[in-house]
Amino acid sequence: MVDVTQTPVERGAIATLWTEANTIQKIAALIGLALVLLAVLAPLIAPFDPLKQSLIARLRPPVGFERHKPGFWLGTDELGRDVLSRSLYGLRLTLMLALLGASIGLLLGGTLGLVAGLRRGWTEDAIMGAVDLQIAVPFTLIALLILSIFGSTLPVMVAVLGIAGWEQYARIVRAEVRRITELPFIEAARASGGPPRYIALTHVLPNIVSPLVVQFTLALSNIVILESTLSFLGLGVQPPTATLGSMVGYGRDYMPTAPWMVIVPALMIILLTFSVQILGDWLRDRADVRLRSR
Amino acid sequence: MIAYILRTLIKMCVTLFVIITLVFFATRLSGSPMETFLGEGLTAEDRELMIAYFGLDQSIWQQYLGYLRGIVEGNYGLSFLERRPVADIVAERVGPSLQLLASSVLLTVAVAIPLGVLAALYRESWVGSAIMALAFVGYAVPNFVIATFMVLVFAFMWNLLPVVGNGSWAHFIMPTIAMSGVLIAALTRFTRNAMLDVLGQDFMRTARAKGLPETVVILKHGLRNAGVTVLSVLGLQIAGLAAAGNVVVESIFSWPGIGELLVQSAITRDYPVLQFGVIAVSLAVVVINALTDIAYAVADPRIRLAKA
Repeated sequence: MVDVTQTPVERGAIATLWTEANTIQKIAALIGLALVLLAVLAPLIAPFDPLKQSLIARLRPPVGFERHKPGFWLGTDELGRDVLSRSLYGLRLTLMLALLGASIGLLLGGTLGLVAGLRRGWTEDAIMGAVDLQIAVPFTLIALLILSIFGSTLPVMVAVLGIAGWEQYARIVRAEVRRITELPFIEAARASGGPPRYIALTHVLPNIVSPLVVQFTLALSNIVILESTLSFLGLGVQPPTATLGSMVGYGRDYMPTAPWMVIVPALMIILLTFSVQILGDWLRDRADVRLRSR
Repeated sequence: MIAYILRTLIKMCVTLFVIITLVFFATRLSGSPMETFLGEGLTAEDRELMIAYFGLDQSIWQQYLGYLRGIVEGNYGLSFLERRPVADIVAERVGPSLQLLASSVLLTVAVAIPLGVLAALYRESWVGSAIMALAFVGYAVPNFVIATFMVLVFAFMWNLLPVVGNGSWAHFIMPTIAMSGVLIAALTRFTRNAMLDVLGQDFMRTARAKGLPETVVILKHGLRNAGVTVLSVLGLQIAGLAAAGNVVVESIFSWPGIGELLVQSAITRDYPVLQFGVIAVSLAVVVINALTDIAYAVADPRIRLAKA
């Protein structure tokens, strides 16, 4: 006997998202997934140690071109290091920095926004003043200043990327908190004697997760661009460690003779920012009911 | 109205004061910058002399008050590296930066506003989609990647354009395009959305009903009304984006502007220059934003009433 009252199997959120996506969004999702896999598996799939130099294999072009050296699929750099392996490790570091930075921004901005929205008064004024200040000053300048003062090390870079964009989370969370705290169910929670911190964590926070996810994805692409730009300028992670941005930056000097040193990491940056940005835009449009009707 | 302008100006002054204070204390956090800068080359006597000369032996509060007094009096400090007033060093860089900014804003307006209008008019057809896809590319590709590919193709492969400096009009082409990419993307999106809002308004239907030609309806009734929003975006977004963009673009093309100076002083840790450069650029951005706010409020009474 078939039970007709049984509801269809609930499909996972990701499966639902997949069926709703258009072709471009599906491609972006696949590219994004592929890049993440490449980054995670870099130590396993990279054909060479990214730092290993080889004097006899310097500035060799990718396989298929004249003078190439078999095994070095995407050519070698000025020290004979494998461009493919370096790009994979660079992608890994770029993604790690971006995820760490975006998470710190989310935590910092989310907490401050939550406090500003719940506390009101001078606490809110001070936090929103800081938000306005950061919006007013171009962040590249702040980043230059911080990296110059504290040095271009990995922890400082993570801190810089974390400070970038916290103000957006703070604004979103504060606005949402102010909206939600006016709603009846919060009033009910408060009337039944729930302490403010309890209300914030169990009633307010779960209701602002969706705009935060959207902002996180949008911010990720900006942070990838910021990190690549700073590394490109020579202010990011210092050699011999490389991110995609610094590979483009250092490769510039060899562009006339060894353009692959620049093209490979630059294309990876484009693939990364494109796929992340498309996914972010898509999530934003889905979350914004006004846009959906347009 | 006057109250609104005053409030905007006061807020601007507070912002500037906070920026100056933060920048000052940030540059003092690393201990004595002279330590990192002077290295081992100097004798103990010379060292003493230099520290006294740059005022680094005073307490941090004395230095701060001295710095504030200097700003009011027009004395902004000396470059560690070049041993001359930072104001002179920065002033030399203003001209080239403004030239590049002007050419980029011109290109942006000339390209983005027509594209935005077209994207709004043909939003159902492939024209609109193609324009928005283009805007997306401008937004998602970092400007240093655009610049690098341009250099690769136009300078090294085809040998058409110069890469270094600002000697001739040909030097402007690649930096201008690299600067404009993200600006064009932003302004095209905003123009399109502003036009879409306007296209649905009653006065547009009235204008068509009067029998006006479509171009007049679009340009005179449509674009002029969308223009208020578009201009405010131009002021607010472009100041910030351009300040960030010129740091990168000027460095790539060795353009002798403020952005290149900032990167160089950050790398060589020439704090007085970096400090003054950051303050000067922030000041320009904050003042432009305040003026845009005021201009927008003058043009649109709803804004100043809403914010009052």
